[in-house]
Parts: sequence; structure tokens; C-alpha cells
Amino acid sequence: MGEQVLLLNRQPDRPLSLEEYRQSGGYEALMAAVGKRTPEELRQLVLASGLRGRGGAGFPAGKKWSFIGKGHPRYLIPNTDEMEPGTFKDRVLVNVNPHLVLEGIILSAYAISAAKGIFFIRPSYEMDAELIERELGVAREAGFLGENILGSDFSFDLVVHRSAGRYICGEASAQVNAIMGRRPHPNKEVHMTDAGLWGKPTIVNNVETLACVPAILRKGPDWFKGLARSKDGAGTKLFCVSGRVNRPGCYEMPMGTPFNEILDEAGGMSPGSELKAFLPGGASTSFMPPKFSQVQMDFEPLKETGNRLGTGAIMVFDQNTCLVGATLNLLDYFTRESCGFCTPCREGLPFIRDLLLRLEHGEGKEEFIPMLKQMAHHMFKAYCAFAPGAASPVLGLLHHFEAEIREHISQRQCPFKGK
Amino acid sequence: MSTLPPELQTELAQQVAAADHPREQVINIMYVLQKHYGYMSDEAVEEAAALLDMTPLEVEELATFYDFIYREAVGKFVIHVCDGVVCWMFHEGSVFDYLCEKLGVCAGGVSADGMFTVLPSACLGFCDHAPAMLINGVFYGHLNPEKIDAILEKLRREYCDLVICR
Repeated sequence: MGEQVLLLNRQPDRPLSLEEYRQSGGYEALMAAVGKRTPEELRQLVLASGLRGRGGAGFPAGKKWSFIGKGHPRYLIPNTDEMEPGTFKDRVLVNVNPHLVLEGIILSAYAISAAKGIFFIRPSYEMDAELIERELGVAREAGFLGENILGSDFSFDLVVHRSAGRYICGEASAQVNAIMGRRPHPNKEVHMTDAGLWGKPTIVNNVETLACVPAILRKGPDWFKGLARSKDGAGTKLFCVSGRVNRPGCYEMPMGTPFNEILDEAGGMSPGSELKAFLPGGASTSFMPPKFSQVQMDFEPLKETGNRLGTGAIMVFDQNTCLVGATLNLLDYFTRESCGFCTPCREGLPFIRDLLLRLEHGEGKEEFIPMLKQMAHHMFKAYCAFAPGAASPVLGLLHHFEAEIREHISQRQCPFKGK
Repeated sequence: MSTLPPELQTELAQQVAAADHPREQVINIMYVLQKHYGYMSDEAVEEAAALLDMTPLEVEELATFYDFIYREAVGKFVIHVCDGVVCWMFHEGSVFDYLCEKLGVCAGGVSADGMFTVLPSACLGFCDHAPAMLINGVFYGHLNPEKIDAILEKLRREYCDLVICR
């Protein structure tokens, strides 16, 4: 399994308390940082660590922070929207060690001189929102949060923002609109780092990204880099494995661990199941057939295969699962969740969905295949990353499983029905 | 004229006044009003607009956008059935169909006893317990017809505070 950084001392049935976290070095990084190291030093250390965003895009965290604008107040938004299908790592992380998450947030706020944090959480995670609110109080009581943290001149407070659903709210600029009580459309006209929340410099980071920060500061950027198994990788990664495996769950393993080793960690394939395909990082990534079993699960190695690490949410499909049906399910999801703001996404996704629906119902025609390809490529003309993400499983299906689409056409029905 | 009880009216007005930017409270206010009225009724939209100094249209834009704000009447328990691909893989949508049939409702309808509404929902993040559903903030996983029957029975019998996401 390798060294545990984020899920260290994980208990099966309860979150770790503040005391337990402190026994394993919790809040030491904060005590060593505030008033002793400059925010610039922290930014440089995180940049040197090679930490990349865990929310899907993989942007270097230290670099994002370096773009922070000059204005004040500045905001930090820990993103726990986690609505990428197959992804539940942030829920597990918050429930295993809420104070690790909080220390990561406070240190990151210090690094960008933020005055206020808004913990953005989806409504299905209401229980976790309550847990975070409770532990916020504990951290405040201990002097780690609020006015003059640990007697320094650094003040930072965090509030929980309860969302009311919808996938697009995970996108940084849409999330900022959501918090401001506006309709959560993405906004690419402004840079969040200059004019984000209420027009002020704002950083939106996934909570897994932020939770890496305490250990980076405590043990150094080289140690963090050394955790990874891939050449240019850094740190560990929370992989959520689900689908036809024996032990679905969230596993912390070195960044760059090959897919087949992660599958083994999850107990291997379920009885009677053979690996047919997997989605490596949520619904916005592309299907991979078994020939990719050795692929290192990290940003660059997956990019080399034409795919993406995404959120590291691995969904495993077996030989009895219809991938046309699975892609149809994913497109049902994306069609419904599209915010409707731009034309390619609003009009294109229902078009693709309709072709898949007809294929699945045995009404498909040969010409649907080039139509699907063309429409999937049109999705890259959309306003934000939502539609290209939605096109990814479609392109994977076309690229690796075209024979299965043809079977649907030639048999005039789904070949898996009645199996 | 507001039809809210004066105490609730005061409480909400204070909540808005205490915020740095009143509008950041809009979702919280909608949740409270939804709980009070049972759903986000036309009246609730008007109330939210008046409290937040927004137009009813601006509130409507949000109320119709979010899937946990119910713009039509719902049952006491709103059953959010996960239709993510992992849950689909395990049950091919039949949790949803089973519930609808069992309760005699279509998506979004209210069962005859006023107890239940069934809604399809975006992946709930409970994939390690697929197939799954969420009822008033509580997760139920590894579902099958027997388990669903037992859950519905329990909800019918036992008192449970109406959470509606808060």
C-alpha cells in the first residue's frame, strides 16, 4: 500500500480527533510556519514539491498560488463539491481526518495571505458539512483558526457554504458565482486570482490538494516528490475504486502506481468478472481496455496515452457490462447537468445522447459512428471544460470499442440484453 | 405582506443582516423557507426575494437551477436515487423503477400518503456502496428490493425530523 500521508491512522468507523492528529505531528507545520516563515517561502516549498491539483485538472498548486493578485481581502475556497461520478475521495478524507484538511486549508490561506475561507460542500455531504463545522469550532478553540492565529498577526477564518447541488458548481468560476448567489455559470472573462469572489483575489483548490500541504512543509518537498513512483510525479493519491471489484473503496497509494496494482489493492475483480474496461479518473475521462493495465496512474503517463488522471476515481467494468449502455448513462448525466450557457454543450450533448439511445435500443445505423465522432469533437469548442469532459467516454468508446457499437447495429438490439 | 411567522421572519432578516454580502445567504434562506413551506413555493420565492433585496426572477433562476431546491410540492421524504454509472452497473436503474412502482409515483410525484417523492440524482459519491440512495441527508447503500422495503417501512413508522438537506 505504501506510506500513508492523508489517510494515516485511518479508523474504520470514526474521524480522528484533534488530539489524535496532534500525536502524529498534526498542526506542527502550522506552528512552524505562522510568524516564522513568510508566505512566499511556503509558496516556494509547495511549488518545489511538485504538488498538482487533485480535483481533476492537475494544475501545479504552487504555481496557481503565485498568480494571486495584489488586492485584499483575499479568499481561499476549499472545494468539496466532488460531483464527478465515481469520486468519493474527499468524503473519505474529510471523515478520516478533518483536522488534516483544516491544517492544510489554514497553511494554504497563510501562503496566499487569505483572510477568509469558504468551505464549499455539496448537499449530499450534509453529514460531512456538520462534521467540518464541529471541528472548525475545536480548531478555533485551540487557537489554530480565527483572530491572531497562534499569537501571530495572521488572522483567518473559515465558514461552510452549503451548495444545493449541480455538477457545474465544481468548476472554479461557477463555484464563485454560486457563493455570490448568482446562477452558477462558468465565467472565463476574469481571472479568479485577480477578481474572483466579490471581485477580490481568490484561489479555489480541491481539499485533497490542500491536505497534502502540512506534510510537504513538515518533511520537505524532496520527501514529497520521493513518495511518487512515476518519473515526474509527486506525493500520494487517493484512488477511489468502484464497480466490479471485490473491495470497492478509497485507497491511498503512491502517485504513479500502475492500474493493476491498485486493482489488486481493491481485491481484484469480483468473482466471475473479467476486466473489460476502466475509466481512470471519473466520468470525464476515457474508457481504457485491459491492454492499459500497466499504465501508471499519474497525470503525465495518462496524458501520454491520450487520457487523463482526472480525480483518480477508477470505475471498473466487466465483460457482462454493455459499454454503449454505460456511455449512454454517462451522457444522460452530462446532458442533465449541463448548465445550458453555451451552445455546443447545451445542444451537442443531447444530440450525442440521442444517437447512443437509439444504438442501445437497436435503432442504430452505420452512419451514427462518424456522426458521434464529429459531435464529440465539436464539444471541444464549448465555453468550459465540462463538454470536452463529457465527450471523453464517447471518444473512448469509439476508439476502443467500435466493434461493440457495430454489434448493436448489426444485431438490431443490445447484445447484452437478457444475458 | 409576509405570511411567515414573525419569529422566523425576524430570524431570517437577522441572518441576512449579519452576512458580509446579503446575497451569499440565498441558498441558506431557500433551505429554511423550503423547510417551512415543505417546498420552494411561489410564496417562498417572493419571501426570499424580499428578504434578500433580489427580484423574484433572480431567486427563480436559482431555485430552478439547483436539484436540492424543490420548486414543486414533495413528500415528507425525498428519495434521491443515485443514477451514476456505478449504481447503474449494479442495478441498471431498477432501484429507481422499483421505488416508483412500489410507491405508485413517477419521478417527482408525491405518493398517495404524502410521504415520499422519488428523484433521480447525480452520482451521490457513495459508489463503494452501490447501488445507493439518499433520503433526507442519510445514505443507504447495497440496495435490493428487500432492503428498500424495510427502509420505507421504517421511515413510515418512525418519526424523523424533516431534514431537506439541512
